[in-house]
Amino acid sequence: MNPALLGLITIVLGVGGCIGYFWLSNLLLDTVIFPPRGPNAGRNINRANAIRPWLFLAPALLALGLYLAYPVVATFWLSLNDRVAGGGSEFVGLDNYVQMFGESKFREAILNNMMWLVVVPAASTAFGLIAAQLTDRISWGNIAKSLIFMPMAISFVGASVIWKLIYDARPQGTDQIGVLNALWVAFGGEPQQWLTIPGWNNLLLMIVLIWIQTGFAMVILGAALRGIPEETVEAAIVDGASPWTIFFRIKVPQIMPTIVVVWTTITLVVLKVFDIVLAMTNGQWETQVLANYMYDKLFRSFDWGVGSAAAMIIMLLVSPILIWNVYSANKEMR
Amino acid sequence: MDNIAGTRSSLQWAVHISVAVLVALWLFPTVGLFVSSFRTGDQISSSGWWQALSTQESQLPAIRIEGEEVPADGAFTIEGRLIAGDTTVSAWGTSSRAPKAYAPGETVDIGDGQTLTVAEDSSFFLTSPDTTEGTRLPRVFLTASSPPEFTFDNYRNVLFSGTAAAGIGKAFINTLTVSIPATVIPILIAAFAAYALAWMEFPGRALLIAAIVGLLVVPLQLALIPLLQLHNNIGIGKGYLGVWMAHTGFGLPLAIYLLRNYMVGLPRDIIENAKVDGASDFQIFTKIILPLSFPALASFAIFQFLWTWNDLLVAIVFLGADDDSLVLTGRLVNLMGSRGGDWEILATSAFISIAVPLLVFFTMQRYLVRGLLAGSVK
Repeated sequence: MNPALLGLITIVLGVGGCIGYFWLSNLLLDTVIFPPRGPNAGRNINRANAIRPWLFLAPALLALGLYLAYPVVATFWLSLNDRVAGGGSEFVGLDNYVQMFGESKFREAILNNMMWLVVVPAASTAFGLIAAQLTDRISWGNIAKSLIFMPMAISFVGASVIWKLIYDARPQGTDQIGVLNALWVAFGGEPQQWLTIPGWNNLLLMIVLIWIQTGFAMVILGAALRGIPEETVEAAIVDGASPWTIFFRIKVPQIMPTIVVVWTTITLVVLKVFDIVLAMTNGQWETQVLANYMYDKLFRSFDWGVGSAAAMIIMLLVSPILIWNVYSANKEMR
Repeated sequence: MDNIAGTRSSLQWAVHISVAVLVALWLFPTVGLFVSSFRTGDQISSSGWWQALSTQESQLPAIRIEGEEVPADGAFTIEGRLIAGDTTVSAWGTSSRAPKAYAPGETVDIGDGQTLTVAEDSSFFLTSPDTTEGTRLPRVFLTASSPPEFTFDNYRNVLFSGTAAAGIGKAFINTLTVSIPATVIPILIAAFAAYALAWMEFPGRALLIAAIVGLLVVPLQLALIPLLQLHNNIGIGKGYLGVWMAHTGFGLPLAIYLLRNYMVGLPRDIIENAKVDGASDFQIFTKIILPLSFPALASFAIFQFLWTWNDLLVAIVFLGADDDSLVLTGRLVNLMGSRGGDWEILATSAFISIAVPLLVFFTMQRYLVRGLLAGSVK
């Protein structure tokens, strides 16, 4: 069948099915199972109301359980097993983890991921904060914001193509078509294959993500800056504080909680970064990161044990943020 | 600081300029791709895109004059053309030290009484008092210029022609097929769940909300192999159904979280009045909550659409990486590997893939920003 037609049918079936499920299950509950009539009318209404939330929640809980909760357990189990030739698998304990930590590619990935974790959230948040503060009070601020925010809509792969053109290198003596090399040559350097130079190439890949994430940081921090009570700023101006002092001593401390939120959100993105590395270097020239390492293991070497172990490492790195989010969400609800 | 009369900062100009620089820096890469996608392959690979509007000048290798000598008025002349084609000569010279010494059409004495003229169309005219038989004729250095050239051919090639297309048209349809159902289906499921979590009292509600906040950050990398196994076991295998289900599952935590936060903020009076009037939960939800939650629904829809359109990992794992089923992002990664040098194809394909999200972004930015502000865990 034509996939587009299949898609259309799926939309109709999916949406219709959802509506049908909710409507029918409610109808069934109210008229057949616990009808609000007869001798037990009052008790039946209460019973129906106790069950109804679960009717509303059931499809979502099923999907969440199957697609997010179950895989965490299953991946953990897979990481403790090895596939045996000819099908089936055997329990190998922590062997996969031991093997993984012994691999130089894995240690390289961990090291690179740590660098990404330090550089990208810091740089994105800093640029975002600067952009938010600068665009806050100027007449064309909204247009400027929207243009800086734009890369957010571009896929990581699309961004990789965009930046690969910037990093492109042509042989010496011919016109450079990549901006970076054109500038480099204009200042007297020799054209470089930037993405193959260990150390620098990591930074160049990070720039792509910083370029994408700055807009996000700017939008959130911009809203927080707007939320600062005017009186605090005005009082500081009256007291003769310079714009710098106002920014660093009055504004930044007040939006600190938001800065933390932005920082952790970008950290989560960085931990899962995959597309940029896959598209630009595929982990060559010492640019490997965890998510790409995992993809390599799972779908190129078909080593599910070690691949799952790498996925568990990502999960482990995410969990402090997970716990913190749950904790603060709970605190907020009370 | 212009909110207090008389304290308009002198830094205002500096602010305007810094913002302009920042915007230019952020826009520059995308503009580069956009401009490149309209240039011919030759031009892309011979000059940077920022020179696209200027006339391209290129120095050609030296050409030695040759041709049949014709005697005329006691002198000898040679006529001919240096290069074929419609290249325009913008300057020429007879020595490698000064290759641009003369303008086209100029008649120049090149020593030994010989004169040489090179016209714009590279035709030349040499006169010599003596015969040139047996001597080496002079070499000519040409600087050719080609005017700026923009074309839609790249788009025509990539989208419609079968061979060079590398399947971008097909991939575009695939991406659309993945992302639209994957955007629509989670919305309703999430809306019902969000209503239950926001406005219904039941034991375990707080726990469920906490669980959803937790699931919000679970990396989907963990889900790949277990779910692929699951899909194979229940007979879906690799295909659209699997991708839609996977995207639905992965999108639900954010959807529920966003919608619940929004619904909790709706005025309690409306809902309680409706209850007093005898409306059931189902009616309250469909008649009151759903219409009122439109902004939140729109926010999530945009998020989910951008996410599913731009996604690479879920699509190649659950849909497959063969030619028929590749989505745009997957196709681009392949192109970068196999045709990394063909910038006209790469740039055009990339721009096609980012055009739809950009369109959505610029038309629905309001909802996107609102969703972002509501969605970041505070």
